[in-house]
Amino acid sequence: MNREYIYPAFGRFWHWAQALLILFLAVTGFEIHGSIRFFGYEHAVRFHNFSAWSFLVLIAFAIFWHFTTDEWRQYVPTWKNLRAQAEYYLFGIFQDAPHPTRKTRLKKLNPLQKLTYAGLKLLVIPVVVTSGLLYMFYRYPQKYDVLALDVSALQPIALAHTAGAFALICFLVAHLYLTTTGETLTSNLKAMVTGWEDIHGEPHTTTAAATAPVAAETVPQTR
Amino acid sequence: MKKILLALVGLAIVASLVVTAVRRSDAGPKPIEALRQTYRTKTKPSVDHALFTQLKGPFAKPQQVTAACIGCHNGRHTEVMASSHWNWERIEYVEGKGIRAIGKKNVLNNFCIGVAGSQQSCDKCHAGYGWADASFDLKDPLNVDCLACHDNGGTYAKKVAGAGMPADGLDLALVAQKVGRPQRTNCGTCHFLGGGGNNVKHGDLETAQFDTTRDVDVHMGTDGADMSCVDCHTAVKHQMLGKAYSLSSMNRNRVTCEKCHGAVPHEDDLLNQHGYKVACQTCHIPEYAKVNATKMVWDWSTAGKLKDGKPYEVEDGQGNHAYMSIKGSFVWAKHVKPEYVWFNGTASHHLLGEKFDPAKPLVLNPLYGQYDEPDAKIIPLKVHRAKQIYDTKNLTLIQPKLFSAKPGDGGFWGDFDWNAAAAAGMKEVGLPYSGSYGFARTEMNWPVNHMVAPKEKAVSCEECHTREKGRLASVGGFYMPGRDRSRWLDGLGKLLLLGTFAGVVVHGGARYWFWRRRQGGK
Repeated sequence: MNREYIYPAFGRFWHWAQALLILFLAVTGFEIHGSIRFFGYEHAVRFHNFSAWSFLVLIAFAIFWHFTTDEWRQYVPTWKNLRAQAEYYLFGIFQDAPHPTRKTRLKKLNPLQKLTYAGLKLLVIPVVVTSGLLYMFYRYPQKYDVLALDVSALQPIALAHTAGAFALICFLVAHLYLTTTGETLTSNLKAMVTGWEDIHGEPHTTTAAATAPVAAETVPQTR
Repeated sequence: MKKILLALVGLAIVASLVVTAVRRSDAGPKPIEALRQTYRTKTKPSVDHALFTQLKGPFAKPQQVTAACIGCHNGRHTEVMASSHWNWERIEYVEGKGIRAIGKKNVLNNFCIGVAGSQQSCDKCHAGYGWADASFDLKDPLNVDCLACHDNGGTYAKKVAGAGMPADGLDLALVAQKVGRPQRTNCGTCHFLGGGGNNVKHGDLETAQFDTTRDVDVHMGTDGADMSCVDCHTAVKHQMLGKAYSLSSMNRNRVTCEKCHGAVPHEDDLLNQHGYKVACQTCHIPEYAKVNATKMVWDWSTAGKLKDGKPYEVEDGQGNHAYMSIKGSFVWAKHVKPEYVWFNGTASHHLLGEKFDPAKPLVLNPLYGQYDEPDAKIIPLKVHRAKQIYDTKNLTLIQPKLFSAKPGDGGFWGDFDWNAAAAAGMKEVGLPYSGSYGFARTEMNWPVNHMVAPKEKAVSCEECHTREKGRLASVGGFYMPGRDRSRWLDGLGKLLLLGTFAGVVVHGGARYWFWRRRQGGK
């Protein structure tokens, strides 16, 4: 058994900060939506707005990190092993079959994860963030000296935001469950906390992996 | 290098803080404390009217007082005579009806209905002397009653059923020597008691406000700002700012909160932004009729019952009339939550002689406005509901004659005969009466503007932003977070969430089952 360093420090910070923010935004957001009562409406709105801005700052840092470190390449969807990964979750997992893909520092995501996370990053989060910004700055009509967006109806903005929120909490539930599908029930969780994951099988040094160009190994060339 | 960078960052932070602070004080509202100081300083008259020989009297007739006033304040009578306090009508553009002269003189309400035929009694509140019937000369300046509004001695009063003449036995010279800027008693004597009793009409204007607390009215509280009516209802050339939509139609001459408080009075921008579409009053007047009850329902159809041939009254146990032979049955309420509507500042009026459909309630002064109009805001309302007399053949409201000085003249309050009252009243206004009458349901809208609560008692977020039974539950045309949602989207979202949970349970359960089987197999 080997230990392998999968998640670097900033990646872990980003992950957990994002997790807490999304959870908190969901609780306060669904209170604003009228689905639950917890903080009281006024507090829910203030907390939601504050954590929304925090989330935006985090996103800005995360985007910078993803591009400066080339981490973004890990999220480019691929057909390779996609079928095998799906078959693993549908059948193999019950028979204690080995994972079809191997986690390394430069290949932290399996093909299904790549697809899901790319969808989150390119579709769900942009929808929620854009509609959220419109929600904050939408006022009708533009008047006095408060800067505002002159949009004539809140409804489409609010509905897009709600739809995105539902998608995110569904992801959250599935994501939490899938953390238990690692080598052991908690090995994925431990790795996300410490950065190190226990890997069974062939020794695999980070230096060996690092010498191989990432794009060539995991991603079809896109440019 | 590091030090320089740190210094630069520090400098940037300090600079941005300074800029923010400066911008705030520039754009900020006039501080509330400055407003308090302004209005706490009570103006003193610059002259002592008691020393004027012109006012030594004695005055045998009130018209002589008016002559003395005009003697120095020359020309002022023309200003008064151009006002609605004098004319009881003003020129208004009524949508769909054109330019009309409307006012107390000729518009029906659903309280005492209308003044026509009953001027002897109703015109007690006219700012003039002797408007007893249609023959009154509105062009005679000597009939202007200066004292009703300018008596600061508190001794002036008008005679009951005296057509606006002063009460008997007054020392008019003494009254004239103590004139000054109108006080709340001058305005309140009529405006607090409209409709025949305290707080009958407005609900937010009543005799408690002669001397009240901040809790009841944050502006008029004598323990607070202690403002008088004319501090807000300022006047230029005797034309008062502000009007009631029971009688006016146009979006003009309104008293606004913004005049003193600015358009962005809150420190919190989120609250300021509400001001685009929500009137200040909506949040800051959580309830009206805070001290004494106001009349909510007036049913004229039960009027006229007599005991031993005499009119009688029944109390409701709260000190209010539940029934009066002369007026019918009433429902009163205290601490009333307003109703809310979109309002763009324009209203219509049901005018005398117009036909209507008695099958549904007739709104005497519909207020216009909806979400997508730039000027429309949500405002609080007192809605007064009534049943009042109408002509069942002509399908018009009836102006009944209520008061008459002598019996047998048709006045309902003396003769208790609806037919005679209807005939006499309709004759007075020059409209036909078929001879058959009934009672129709009518409604009147009274925007609530007074009894502003201290800010701690403003309506809380949850009272509107709530799924059910919120204050704005019936105000439509827009999406309000907390109240509105798409049932379709929410249903789909819940289904998706349930599906995810089900998937987790099934998948996890299967993993567990296979794991147990493998354990058993070993």
